[in-house]
Amino acid sequence: MSFERTQEKLKILADAAKYDVSCSSSGSNRKNTNKGIGDATGMGICHSYTEDGRCVSLLKILLTNHCIFDCAYCVTRKSNDIKRAAFKVQEVVDLTINFYRRNYIEGLFLSSGIFKSADYTMERLVAVAKKLRLEENFNGYIHLKSIPGASDELMKEAGLYADRLSVNIEIPTKEGLKLLAPEKNREDFLKPMRKVQNEITQYQSEKKIIKSTPKYAPAGQSTQMIIGASGESDQQIMWTSNYFYKKFNLKRVYYSGYIPISYDHRLPQLGTDVPMLRENRLYQTDWLMRFYGFEVHEILNNDHQNLDLEVDPKLGWALRNLQHFPIDVNKADKLMLARIPGLGMKSVHKIIQARQFRKLNWEHLKRMGVALNRAKYFLVCDSRDFERRDLTGPQLKSIILQNSTSKYQKILSPQLNLFE
Amino acid sequence: MRISEEHILVYDSTFDGFLTCVFEIYELKLKQVSFQRKNQTQESLFGISTEIITDLKKADRVWQGVKNKLSARGSLRLYYAFLSEQPQVESLLLTYIQQALKSTIPLDSDFGNETVLKVSQIAKSVGREKHRMEAFVRFKLTKDDIYFANIEPDFDVLPLISKHFKSRYADQKWIIYDLKRQYGLYYDLEKVDVINLTLPANFDPTQTTNEFFTPSEIEFQTLWQNYFQSTNIVARKNTKLHIQHVPKRYWNYLSEKKP
Repeated sequence: MSFERTQEKLKILADAAKYDVSCSSSGSNRKNTNKGIGDATGMGICHSYTEDGRCVSLLKILLTNHCIFDCAYCVTRKSNDIKRAAFKVQEVVDLTINFYRRNYIEGLFLSSGIFKSADYTMERLVAVAKKLRLEENFNGYIHLKSIPGASDELMKEAGLYADRLSVNIEIPTKEGLKLLAPEKNREDFLKPMRKVQNEITQYQSEKKIIKSTPKYAPAGQSTQMIIGASGESDQQIMWTSNYFYKKFNLKRVYYSGYIPISYDHRLPQLGTDVPMLRENRLYQTDWLMRFYGFEVHEILNNDHQNLDLEVDPKLGWALRNLQHFPIDVNKADKLMLARIPGLGMKSVHKIIQARQFRKLNWEHLKRMGVALNRAKYFLVCDSRDFERRDLTGPQLKSIILQNSTSKYQKILSPQLNLFE
Repeated sequence: MRISEEHILVYDSTFDGFLTCVFEIYELKLKQVSFQRKNQTQESLFGISTEIITDLKKADRVWQGVKNKLSARGSLRLYYAFLSEQPQVESLLLTYIQQALKSTIPLDSDFGNETVLKVSQIAKSVGREKHRMEAFVRFKLTKDDIYFANIEPDFDVLPLISKHFKSRYADQKWIIYDLKRQYGLYYDLEKVDVINLTLPANFDPTQTTNEFFTPSEIEFQTLWQNYFQSTNIVARKNTKLHIQHVPKRYWNYLSEKKP
């Protein structure tokens, strides 16, 4: 391996891969049984964090940034004048193994620009994973990108070696896709996703009968949507997301605030801020759907098409549904507790366990780490002290905002510039 | 021994030593006790110092008793909290054990109880440090073909990470050395041993020199640094979050954070 050439390629192909936000390395169950290298059974590990605060868990690179497509939102689009490079299969294998041995990474996340054809590209991705598994005895985590339009045979093989497969739908609406990536159609994205889903289902049923059935993508599938590139509403994003969770049984949907990379008039202009706060609110909504028992339409619907940036979506829902409150923390069931603003699932579990021993009061809740500045308006506990005023949603919102500071303060209330 | 005065139990700083102390406290019905680790013995004007000799049988009896009274998670928390080495954590754990033995139901989920909550919080920070070490250990390949890493964890987490590294790096020899506590783990392709090293006088744990490490070692560190730079998105810079995840005290040993 020539050091200088590898170095050059790594710079280009890591830079081009960084917009894929998935970094998960958990959820697999691949044990190190062959006295080989690596083990992907535990929880995911973030080995480092970049200066933007994102976790570094996997070696995330493109096999190549040559691409025959010209999607407006993508840095590696054909018409973009950038340096191009391509890794050889063996180079990726060597990098992965040597990084892994030094405990830099949990495994590999390999994606690629599409060169020649979808199948030609997918074949190369599969070849890397196969080599890692069969020749290097590698049991670490492998995440492969499903190339839109790849054949069923290749997708089937990919799942035999990869822990996770993902295909990024990128644009939440069909109209947006037509505008920004006219050469692609939705069906190309869905086809490999459907194939993988069917294989996973089949694996799970066969596994029950024959224990030695080879693993198939044990960490499941994920996808990603770009936020703020095509004028979509939060409702459109989250309903699409909900559709994919329900229909394709996805493990994760990622939301990636659009980072302006081109002068294209169809897109936000260079220098436009990355919508990080909006992205954060979407992730909170995603969590409410997956872990807190919320239905997407409770949070986003035709009357509320966008999330309130000032408050988190659970507080937003509570302010619109004050008839459910206050909730008695010493009596309410898990799902109701989970709806109290300021209570995370960890606090919910602690409360359920702790209240078997004694009735809980404000002091107990505070010590357990409940965010009382929000929660106190929505619950009663073992105390004569609670919010007795009959406040309206907007009144309550303004009281809560006055008594808290957001890390997003700057975005929420930009200072006026007198000389602009 | 007279019962009325405070007893200072001096023990060898091991977990078994601590459990032996607990055994003696019950055996001798001691009321007021404090603990002292042997290597940190100070002369005290008050109370009676007694040295407790670690006895595995006694320790095991206490441990079995505790395990019967707590959930698996509860007894693990006790061990984790002990490894925090915090001043007088032993007294807290003694209270925890005393309450657990008295209780008719496993009290480790009684988060309204201050002792239980405190132990669970300390155990949580030890667990966090364990997880950080699983993430932040950076192996460097020595000329003897051993992957070597040095760490200085806030808490004594080596015993907790042994299994993780053993199952992960089954086909390479490795050493993880705690510079602060001056002991380490060595995996020789068969088993993990606890070792003490005399590091050469000219060995600087923050540097990678050709004297001790293979030539390709520097190259891989450089590639890793390059990767770390390239994967960063400048438009999303968030230093506060970055430092929250990778506190500065760990930077010395992370090749990607080297200037």
